[in-house]
Amino acid sequence: MKTPDANAWRHCNGSAVYVDDIRWVRDPLVAYPVVSPHAHADILEVDTVSASGLAGVHAVLLADAIPGSPAIGAVTADEALLAHDRVHYCGQIVALVVGDAPDTARAGAEAVCVRYRQLDAVLDIEAAIAAGSFHGTPHRIRRGDVDHPLDRAPLRIRGTVHSQGQDHFYLETHAALAIPGEGGEMTVYASTQHPTGVQTTVAAVLGIPRHLVRCEVTRVGGGFGGKETQAQGYAALAALAAQHTGRPVKLRLDREQDMSQTGKRHPFRSHYDAGFHSDGRLLALRVRAYSDGGWSTDLSEAVLDRALLHLDNAYHLPNVDFEGRVCRTNLPSNTAFRGFGGPQGMLVIERILDRAAQELDIEPSLLRRRNLYGDPSRNTTPYGQRFAADHLIRLWDELRSISSFTQRRSEIEAFNSDSRFIRRGIGITPVKFGISFTTASLNHGGAFLIVYADGSVQLNHGGVEMGQGLRDKMVTICAQGLGVTRDSVRPMPTSTDKIPNTPPTAASSGSDLNGAAVAQACGKIRSRLATVAAQLLGVEAASLKFAGGRVMSPGADGAHGGPHGGPQCSFADVAAQAWRQRVPLSAVGSYATPGIAYDRERGRGTPFHYFACGAAVAEVEVNGLTGEYALRRIDILHDVGKSVADEVDRGQIEGGFIQALGWISCEDVRFDDAGRLLTRGPSTYKIPTIGDVPTDFRVTFFDGPPSPAILGSKAVGEPPYMLALSVVSALHHAITSWDESATDLPPLALDLPCSPQAVLCAIEHRKVTSNPDASA
Amino acid sequence: MRRSYGDVRRRPSGGCEVARRRAWSSITAANYGLWVASRATLRAVAVHPSAAHPIQFELNGAATAVSGLPPTTTLLAYLREHAGLVGTREGCAEGDCGACSIAILEIDPDLGSSWRTVNACLILLPTVHGKTIRTIEGVGSTESPHCVQEALVRHHGSQCGYCTPGVVMSLFEAHHRTDLDEAWKFDDQLCGNLCRCTGYRSIRAALHEIAGRGARNPTEVQNEHKPRTPGDVHYTHNNERFIRPQRWSQLWEAMDTYTDHTLVAGGTDLGLEVTKKHRRFPCLIGLDGLAELSQLSWRDGTFRVGATVRLSVLERAASERLPMLARMLRYFGSRQIKNRATAGGNLCHASPVGDLAPVVLALGGALLLRSRESERRVKAEDFFIGYRKTALRIGELLVAIELPLPAPGVHVGAYKVSKRRELDISTTSAAFWVEVERSGIVARARIAFGGLARTPRRAHRVETALTGTPWCETGVVAAAAQLAHEFTPVDDVRGSAWYRLKLAQNLLLGFYHETLSPRAAGPTPARPCGTVLP
Repeated sequence: MKTPDANAWRHCNGSAVYVDDIRWVRDPLVAYPVVSPHAHADILEVDTVSASGLAGVHAVLLADAIPGSPAIGAVTADEALLAHDRVHYCGQIVALVVGDAPDTARAGAEAVCVRYRQLDAVLDIEAAIAAGSFHGTPHRIRRGDVDHPLDRAPLRIRGTVHSQGQDHFYLETHAALAIPGEGGEMTVYASTQHPTGVQTTVAAVLGIPRHLVRCEVTRVGGGFGGKETQAQGYAALAALAAQHTGRPVKLRLDREQDMSQTGKRHPFRSHYDAGFHSDGRLLALRVRAYSDGGWSTDLSEAVLDRALLHLDNAYHLPNVDFEGRVCRTNLPSNTAFRGFGGPQGMLVIERILDRAAQELDIEPSLLRRRNLYGDPSRNTTPYGQRFAADHLIRLWDELRSISSFTQRRSEIEAFNSDSRFIRRGIGITPVKFGISFTTASLNHGGAFLIVYADGSVQLNHGGVEMGQGLRDKMVTICAQGLGVTRDSVRPMPTSTDKIPNTPPTAASSGSDLNGAAVAQACGKIRSRLATVAAQLLGVEAASLKFAGGRVMSPGADGAHGGPHGGPQCSFADVAAQAWRQRVPLSAVGSYATPGIAYDRERGRGTPFHYFACGAAVAEVEVNGLTGEYALRRIDILHDVGKSVADEVDRGQIEGGFIQALGWISCEDVRFDDAGRLLTRGPSTYKIPTIGDVPTDFRVTFFDGPPSPAILGSKAVGEPPYMLALSVVSALHHAITSWDESATDLPPLALDLPCSPQAVLCAIEHRKVTSNPDASA
Repeated sequence: MRRSYGDVRRRPSGGCEVARRRAWSSITAANYGLWVASRATLRAVAVHPSAAHPIQFELNGAATAVSGLPPTTTLLAYLREHAGLVGTREGCAEGDCGACSIAILEIDPDLGSSWRTVNACLILLPTVHGKTIRTIEGVGSTESPHCVQEALVRHHGSQCGYCTPGVVMSLFEAHHRTDLDEAWKFDDQLCGNLCRCTGYRSIRAALHEIAGRGARNPTEVQNEHKPRTPGDVHYTHNNERFIRPQRWSQLWEAMDTYTDHTLVAGGTDLGLEVTKKHRRFPCLIGLDGLAELSQLSWRDGTFRVGATVRLSVLERAASERLPMLARMLRYFGSRQIKNRATAGGNLCHASPVGDLAPVVLALGGALLLRSRESERRVKAEDFFIGYRKTALRIGELLVAIELPLPAPGVHVGAYKVSKRRELDISTTSAAFWVEVERSGIVARARIAFGGLARTPRRAHRVETALTGTPWCETGVVAAAAQLAHEFTPVDDVRGSAWYRLKLAQNLLLGFYHETLSPRAAGPTPARPCGTVLP
């Protein structure tokens, strides 16, 4: 096993510093937001007099205190940083109170009086559709003719698939610390996946050029997409207060504020109309997908795009007509969340296939296999990107084999026929996930490498460490690229003055984009050092080998060379010599993903650099009396390419799966009928605990096709999330085991989350004879 | 640019005084700065009356005395904002995530003294007077890590790292535990630590590696870390006070003198009033100093549980002789909560979803209440008189809960259903006590539910329907149908009215089927798909 990253030790002894742990900035002021209690209202009056007069309150800031742009936004600047005439959701910030301690700032916020006139609010997708309340423009992807095959299909099924929101529940809530400096400069420490986004927003709000703003991020205590765009506003508020008071200002949300003010995974409602051949092949599919974008645009259109681009999941769909729209509602603005619409899209096709298998009485894994991408006549996605996919079927068959799928399925059938209250189910689902930002311009990475004359190295790149192990992987790539030991490489905090104009660390791309840039920078330095070392050792530069902190000529294997080996020296010797010769010891690396382009108007193109694939088998045990269930065993076969860090990748697979298990099972975002979030803390919003994770949790890496990405690795942040859809399929199997009269039963609709209540309700509906009153 | 570092306004709450006997061994730049700041403020508050009676405890090996802070200051706030120990983190401030976990050396009736993990966010500072406390900073360093840290690193058990110190503290308790001998206990040990990144498999691997490895002779531990006798406490700050009496006379005196008092034991619920509602309490009276309240005894077929017995202690004590109670406690809060919360607190809080209540009701338990003048016994069913209201009178407190042990042959069971199995509040909870005659006829039944009404209560119509009828499925289903006439549950985030009622009926049905199978009486299952397992 390789030496664990120093980061891990700091995690474990408490010395890792997050924004709220910074103690080298003395006595920062504390900012506390005043928020709207209404989902939609006009602001009539804001009275700050009594708040301003409180001891310890330094400032009460309203929209008119903003010197620069009053509106912010990731794509469209449609979010008032501080609402001035109208509020659009419950939790929107109206004023910011700056005090010298959390208690005084909060007391000040409570003393701010705002008078509102309430307006009608749009609080869900149905209401938004009825009111014609949308963001942006529709997105449509079409191939072939849908109507004709639907009309003639031996099996035609129509229905709706609902999926719920999901709170990110990163353990570190949003936090920013802004420190004003001389000449109007501003330094911001923020818990963000997007330092450049913070820098850009702070500069715009303060009305200053970006070069005056520096954003630095050492690590983020969990992001999952929730800090891709939504950290910007809080950082800008902290900076605004810092500029106003001339003092460092910290803004840290408590859990309740974080959950009620920030956006979540987009809820989706998708209507489908699908036609199947009697052998289970899908002939045509029409989907109308609606997402709940919340009050502002944020990344909602891109999320919807990715949902539509993943409605096919790993299946070849000859005739499709997909159309999606983002609804505008008076709720927090929904945002990126691991998978970025992919899970919501894939859920639709997986539900359709489970239902079709049931209606055609075909074993679901066989029906799925018949629809997988495969030979050249079936290897183009609905949007026209080629997908060389012969490995998908190989992956599928290998997983079925190592999980003993067929045998276990028949054992489960036998178990179920003999068990009245406890039933089991098994499901297998694939994942094919497109890697790249669908906005092509974001697909670039940057690195800046500094070698000091003692041979130690500072590694800067544009990515943010947020638990995904990016830091670990970048150190590996850098150490390998320079031929030095890992401990001689110091990964630096991500900072906008080292790597400018970066994309967010998102879309599973952090390692691909920045790793390639790091490798390029390493190559530049190494070629310069090779020239120096060649002179030093008196050999050909091309013949030198850099490894383990040594520079060796041919034959100088091992650490000491010896009398029989060729000459060698340490990396530090070469660095020192290079310094003496005035050879530059720093280099910039950059990378832009080649060959990607997508035309949203036409719904055609090559949005992805490659696809990451995997599949999972889930076995569940369901309690027919309570609807509770437990996972008995999980088998995952996933393609991570040539892993840069095995254990990191395994952690991403397991963690992604369990996070999705939460979305599927116990995480239930609830608003009341006035648009107030009811589930605003872990006492009411339940993410998985250790007891939800199966003790039999098998993860195997698949030997897949070569990867075009760094060192032959593949992106792993998001793809494993969707492996958990196998749990829904397994639940479908278990629940339908209660079917008493298959012919009379409506198809099993299983919406997310599959809470114990939802499962019991579904079971009761299968038992037509016993419980006509089941409704919940 | 306005820069006004020169005229920093003073905090209205005054300064905080920190005094330590032993020099810090691993002082960091960050907390060194604070140390200096604290010394500066020490002079400023030296004349403050509370300085005479500081809160004293041992923190990571150093004797520590604190005054100048309100008694409602949480231990977490003290550690982070005043002691400069920022490795203990806030994730939720409601005891549900475990990021703030720290360890307290507790005196256990069976085990001598032992490290217990608790949520620092819910602990009020004065309640740790006299205790020995270990935070992440006291568990190991980069140079010489503790073996639980090594195990977690080796198994790649941290990703973003924010929750990790809390996880380490739970592993630290596990390392010292002597009783991690069943599969379910491993989950129970860690279910109070939420991790959003790893999926827990790696953390569990580390737990299995270190569990029980540090368990030593309890006396040995006790000698090493001598827990001082708590001593009585009378801590004041401005107009707020915390009193911990050692004797009943002191208690009555305090209760009489400060009529606006609030009694506090574990404080896991009171802590929420502070962290979520920012409430202040003029006078808190801590019950930890009264030894009688923490006694457990089995006598004449009755299990007597002192009001301040910690739930983890109760769980362990009940495991063999009252497994029904132990099973209910498995899915009751988290290890951190159970290490702090008390049996009496759960009952006196009188929440409709307090999970001990149905068990006490079904067992036909009684509550021993005492005031300065008198003592009385109240039947459990007469104790809960309204939403969060009990029969306790002014000047009275709960001393003990008396649980008659079910006679051999009586069927008992306790169940809980929640959205998530671990660390969740009940959607519906239930406890059943059914005595069946040799003829197969139900002689007596006590059927109790939580989550169905404004108080936990018995289902008398169901009991009547069952009594005198054969103990069979038809009879049980018919009796369960009475539930719809007896309860009108509410719809909320934890479940709909339909679901709650259906659960109540199904739990009774499942209980009936469990009584037919020997499995039910067995040990606590490791990964059940529910608490009712017919």
